[in-house]
Amino acid sequence: MIRLTVNGNVHEVDVEPDTPLLYVLRDELALNGAKFGCGLGQCGACTVMVDGQAVFACLTPVALLLDRNIRTIEGLGINPVQRAFIDEQAAQCGYCIAGMVMRAQALLERNPHPTELEIRDHMSVNLCRCGTHMRILAAVRRAAVAMGSASVVQP
Amino acid sequence: MTPVLSRRDLLAAGGLVVAFSLRSAPGDAAEQGSGPHPAGPTVPMGSLKETPLLDAWIRVAPDGHVTVFTGKAELGQGLKTALLQVAAEQLDMNPEWIALVTADTARTADEGFTAGSHSMQDSGTAILNAAAQVRGLLRDAAAVEFGVPADTLSIADGMVRAADGRSIGYGPLAAKLDLHVEATPGRPLKDPATYRLMGTPMPRVDIPGKLTGGASYVQDIRLPGMLHARAIRQPSVGAKLLEFDTGPVERMPGVVKVVREGSYLAVVADKEWHAIKAMRALTAAARWQETATLPDEATVLDMIRQLPARDIPVLTWKAAAAAPVKQLRARYTRPYVMHGSIGPSCAVAQFVDGTMTVWTHTQGVYPLRSALASLLRLPPEQVRCIHVEGSGCYGHNGADDVAGDAALIARSMPGRAVRVQWMREQEHTSEPYGCAMIAEVEGAVDADGRIVDWDYGVWSNTHNRRPNVGGLMLQNAALPEPLPVPPPAPIPMPEGGGERNSNPLYALPNARVVSHFIPRMPMRVSALRSLGAYLNVFAIESFMDELAEAAGVDPVTFRLRHLQDDRARAVIQLAADKFGWSGARTPGEGRGFAFARYKNLGAYCAVALTLRVEHETGQIRLGRVVAAVDSGQAINPDGIRNQIEGAIIQSASWTLYEAVHFDHRRILSRDWSGYPIMRFPAVPESVSVHIVPRPGEPFLGTGEAGQGPTAAAIANALRDATGARLRDVPFTAPKVKAAVGV
Repeated sequence: MIRLTVNGNVHEVDVEPDTPLLYVLRDELALNGAKFGCGLGQCGACTVMVDGQAVFACLTPVALLLDRNIRTIEGLGINPVQRAFIDEQAAQCGYCIAGMVMRAQALLERNPHPTELEIRDHMSVNLCRCGTHMRILAAVRRAAVAMGSASVVQP
Repeated sequence: MTPVLSRRDLLAAGGLVVAFSLRSAPGDAAEQGSGPHPAGPTVPMGSLKETPLLDAWIRVAPDGHVTVFTGKAELGQGLKTALLQVAAEQLDMNPEWIALVTADTARTADEGFTAGSHSMQDSGTAILNAAAQVRGLLRDAAAVEFGVPADTLSIADGMVRAADGRSIGYGPLAAKLDLHVEATPGRPLKDPATYRLMGTPMPRVDIPGKLTGGASYVQDIRLPGMLHARAIRQPSVGAKLLEFDTGPVERMPGVVKVVREGSYLAVVADKEWHAIKAMRALTAAARWQETATLPDEATVLDMIRQLPARDIPVLTWKAAAAAPVKQLRARYTRPYVMHGSIGPSCAVAQFVDGTMTVWTHTQGVYPLRSALASLLRLPPEQVRCIHVEGSGCYGHNGADDVAGDAALIARSMPGRAVRVQWMREQEHTSEPYGCAMIAEVEGAVDADGRIVDWDYGVWSNTHNRRPNVGGLMLQNAALPEPLPVPPPAPIPMPEGGGERNSNPLYALPNARVVSHFIPRMPMRVSALRSLGAYLNVFAIESFMDELAEAAGVDPVTFRLRHLQDDRARAVIQLAADKFGWSGARTPGEGRGFAFARYKNLGAYCAVALTLRVEHETGQIRLGRVVAAVDSGQAINPDGIRNQIEGAIIQSASWTLYEAVHFDHRRILSRDWSGYPIMRFPAVPESVSVHIVPRPGEPFLGTGEAGQGPTAAAIANALRDATGARLRDVPFTAPKVKAAVGV
């Protein structure tokens, strides 16, 4: 059994230690957000956060994640990044979007006021095939503004 | 007790027959008005023509809840939201009170494929008319109930109200109605001037679930006791599986079964990760006999050009014209291109009591049902296909074939649900590609800068190998007793396959267009978004700029000079105005313009853009992109903008980067490093889309209007920026660097 902390909840899962986190999230914990895209770390559809960093769930064996804080899109609640993606209608098929949100969340927690270049560079890991990029960029900018203003009103 | 009213009774009781403003003939589409119009088969009814019963589309429950049925599928294009807007508008209801059931062979109409930008014309128009007629029937039933003339009643929020204050909901009214009646051509629609929902942006109904981890996709289905399977694909076309020992894999943890039929090989396990590990072990253990069947990548375009072709005349125009003063000739090509879904294809199948149920992201549940039935040797009525969303497909990708895997494997595990998702390299190497194409064009301009002659030929394989029989499924060739494979066929004009949009919309005195249909397919190909229109529009719109330059005329002026279609002119003018075509130029920046009407039947789209070239690398940097689109009556304007933005980015990716690589045996583009697509740092600085409002006009579709114009606009801007004219897609950095020189 392996102990994992996902979205603040501790789970004991009966999987082999080489099992990538993606399959534990999807098949053991029935969480849909992280998606299988390539299994190679080339597309970012599986992106989740581990201790505040965006990581590829498809490449990360669960054995490396003991005592780590794993966050998925299910654990965000409706937060400013998700809100911004909805406001910008930043999805077409949406298969890549949960990964986009998690990668953007990781950026904005580390750098609340990213430049356009920093956003594009940070998001470059994640692929979208529908061509929703302009809206995704707009959503990240909008989320940055929302999170920035939130920090202003909260002393 | 009030008797059940039939449509005929209601019509006899004074149902007013007024025309609605939708017409089928594209030529009169610009005509306005909705005056009296004789009811008849010429009035467009969309898919009501094939499925005329109202209750095939709309049902009203006794509690007033409405269910709308469509045979089309949500592909990420926003279909569900747009259809709900249409139904809610015509029914005078809140969209939230309407449930929508999408493509399912047990529940919905057979609307063929969700393809060709046809969903709004087919299903949207059907639901538009059906909803308007149901609303009319409900109102007429209320008139009988209240004993007042129907035209004294008002309808809002699913309630019918009489002038004296009495009101009744749709539920009790529907209980008195028989909706199992045929739709009547010529029944009235609401006046477009009163629309509250159609033409107003509405947030997509599917987006919140996709942003919160809801079960949105076929990949997210979890049925009780569900098993996970993986197929081990033939490594190359025609590869034959030789004897090998599957015993070690069968003893791996979680493995339930190894399925082997001829050269078809798959493994079933309790968990997905176990299935993947077993698949890898089987892949390593399996021995194959392969042959070299693929063409030489370096010369494949010339080879296709020389293959035996069936020549199909597309058009011949002959008229007197001035003498040519300049003649040009050019050849344009594109390579094999991938759909490249981000989510590899997936399906779930379950075989219970002789009936196969398949949850699938196919674009055509009914054709797939026929294909699976024939592959499995089952009667079609014992196969049910239910559409569930997948990752965007952009045409015939692996969606149907993975359903074949799931069904074949599920048949060997009766009672158990089996989920199969392809691996990345399977998606890349097994999907049918968009076919490599060649266009050759000669043209001439006179001393006044007018085109006097145009000679155009396009060489292409088929663009439709979508399965409707088992012989077209990927698994067929691997199975011990393969079914016959139907010969490839061209898609006839006016829609066309390779010749789609080979007929210029421009008014030319002399023109010949011939489609050279090539039956022999060096590579497995099928429908990729916009089919031949991408290459044809790229060629025509590049050549228009070449002719304009030869004539010394501004390219936008040159296009307008040769266009008589007012809606085409309006779209071009709008794009040019919003772009600021006549304004000041920025040094170092190139600008390009292009236009097309998709299929010459669908949406009009013009694209203007700027770009720069990094001379050190040859990398093209896209700047400002401005598009204008006329999709007829807009349902969800934000949905139209989203689709056009997507078309621009996707086409830019095809145009700058994409080509499938292969050697004589195998596909070499096995993942995103071997088949790069556009990433965030390379997307344009901005994309803006402007919609021409066309209230009351027929729906023209949107999803494939922008791809061709984007490619040509990039080529034209590259010429403007550097003087280099590139005619062979993709414009990779090394190719641009070589063309531009340093």
